[in-house]
Amino acid sequence: MLELRKDIFADERDDNLKEIGRPTPRQDILGHVTGASAYYDDHRFANLLHLKVLRSPHAHARIRSIDDSAAARAPGVKRIIRAADVPVNLNTLLSLIQFGKDDEPSLATDVVRYKGEPILAVVATSERAAHEALALVRISYDPLPAIFDVEEALKPGAPSVNPTYPKNTFEYYGKYDHQKLRYGDADAALAKCDVIVDQRYQMSPIEHAPTETNGSIAVPDTNGRFVVHTSTQALFFSLDTSAKINAMESNRLHFIGGTVGGGFGGKVDTLTEPLAILAARLTGAPVRYRLSRHEEMQFGSPRGAERIFVTDGAMKDGRIMARKVKAYFDSGAYTRLSSYAAVKCAAHIPGPYTIPNVYGDVYCVFTNRTPATAMRGFGVTALDFALECQMDKLAVAVGMDPIEFRILNAYRDGDMKAHRREAKNCALIECAQVAAEKANWPIREEFKRMSSRREGAAPAPYGTGAPAAAQKPAHATPQRIPYDRAGEAAARGTPAQPPPAPRPTSPPPPAAPPAGSGHGAARFSSVFGTRRR
Amino acid sequence: MKTPVQFSLNGEDVATFVEGGANLLDALRETVGDLTVKGGCWQGTCGVCTVLIDGAPRVACITLAESCAGRAIETVAGLRRGAELHPLQTAFMERFAAQCGYCTPGMLMAAKALLDRNPAPSREEVVDAIGGNICRCTGYEPIIEAILDASRSNSRRSA
Repeated sequence: MLELRKDIFADERDDNLKEIGRPTPRQDILGHVTGASAYYDDHRFANLLHLKVLRSPHAHARIRSIDDSAAARAPGVKRIIRAADVPVNLNTLLSLIQFGKDDEPSLATDVVRYKGEPILAVVATSERAAHEALALVRISYDPLPAIFDVEEALKPGAPSVNPTYPKNTFEYYGKYDHQKLRYGDADAALAKCDVIVDQRYQMSPIEHAPTETNGSIAVPDTNGRFVVHTSTQALFFSLDTSAKINAMESNRLHFIGGTVGGGFGGKVDTLTEPLAILAARLTGAPVRYRLSRHEEMQFGSPRGAERIFVTDGAMKDGRIMARKVKAYFDSGAYTRLSSYAAVKCAAHIPGPYTIPNVYGDVYCVFTNRTPATAMRGFGVTALDFALECQMDKLAVAVGMDPIEFRILNAYRDGDMKAHRREAKNCALIECAQVAAEKANWPIREEFKRMSSRREGAAPAPYGTGAPAAAQKPAHATPQRIPYDRAGEAAARGTPAQPPPAPRPTSPPPPAAPPAGSGHGAARFSSVFGTRRR
Repeated sequence: MKTPVQFSLNGEDVATFVEGGANLLDALRETVGDLTVKGGCWQGTCGVCTVLIDGAPRVACITLAESCAGRAIETVAGLRRGAELHPLQTAFMERFAAQCGYCTPGMLMAAKALLDRNPAPSREEVVDAIGGNICRCTGYEPIIEAILDASRSNSRRSA
């Protein structure tokens, strides 16, 4: 049952959250339960043609020759589309925001770089006719050495996967082969730590497997325009990408979508629209390009596999003093969105914890695997898995309760994050307190009283720029119990160490704790309510 | 080579021609025009295309259309009676038992097959009945609750 905890951060919220805990019907639910919701494939057109793609059976190979003459004569075949037919046959999705170089062809030209890479498309009167024509295409390949491991791909002499990035790493800002994060001196701090936890984490690629596969139908409209019914999650992104690949003005494309049978990040890649539009253009007929389930698994991008090495150093009193991370994103053969994931990963290396010395190197690496893409928090999710495993291991190593250990190290408002952003609207401590309470997990009284609110920082209502103290005297005194992290450890009987390095955000001296408060904090960030900057 | 096939669809007689080897999913969607049936894997694994054939839940994508001659087929298009929704549809709406909605038609038909033969199923029986239907938005809990709700409203109705 949903429960709204209005006692937490009450002073920073208009008390208008009346929707929570009350059922509200979705606006599209009637269509869903009656089967009337129209997904892209629920539109019917006379003389619809079907596009099917021939895919590489090799992870890495040079194409020596293609013979599609028998396929072109096969019954029902209206058109064969080859790489040379694609007006702009090199693209990268984030080129729309000037991030990265064009590196992926719509149809492979001379080399295939992953199993499932599209080589040639057949447009026919039925899916079956298209499949049967594909079976008549003869391609001869010269297999090339393939690479499937991110660290192997970075070794000198490793086969080059993607000619746009011959060193097998994405290039940031035209010159950097990885994302760096440097904050404090992690090596010096590690040398002084009481415990070190050094681990390797390996994630697998994960396929979104939406129940509706990727697909689209492109329909020639009047005045040289095309109406495109699509499963895309990113309608305008797909429209612009399709316009670029087809070298046409974007106002010649009318994209219709929004009712999507599951996406989860797997429908942002514009996998089908450009070729469907090209086929409609070349044949003058409506064309559907729908991925089979097999294609969805093999050609539809997964969440990229990540390999993450973490070295953490902590003091016996529980403070994490240093973290070093080396992370490798397996981008597969082309960039799609992994370059962006690595940026997010770099910013997230400390997790939601204040760590005074952080060192991170994050690589976006090309291998001969299916290109990876967005999926639910990509760049952060796998790292969080590694970091939270680390937190449990560190808690054991310093002999602390894992929840108390997290509360101790959690961001407080005003703490400086390793990527030089001030922590604001923090709420991990309060979440951990409520989670412990709900799970009947005992934590000690002083940990129950801790708060994310920074000592002495009076909240300013959003947009006023004025300290809230002036306007809300009732909340001028922070309710947080200021906490001396080293002193607390001493109180527990753990040998207290003097801080080996001052925290970059050294807290002001403790103020007297208010008596008998439950959850100390009284602030909440919401998109509606007051929000401190 | 096309073959004539005649069956009943949601109580109405349907006669059509299908390609030899055509599956029921394509026959319903492409030939008859019932677009409430969705396709998800076309290999009989995801349950999205579940329809009832003589009351039993079947995956239409691997059912030969020709094998349906003379059978009674039910899809979600026949679930509501005019403006009145089936108790399962009402329960799915009230319980927020759909997110993207793509698995919903198949879920509803699997649930209908269950309630038609067992009006008061246990939770375990509900879980078992939708065991062949994948929901990738992972909304199984509200779906199970909705089916149980619908079974309770069924029993109220007959009481």
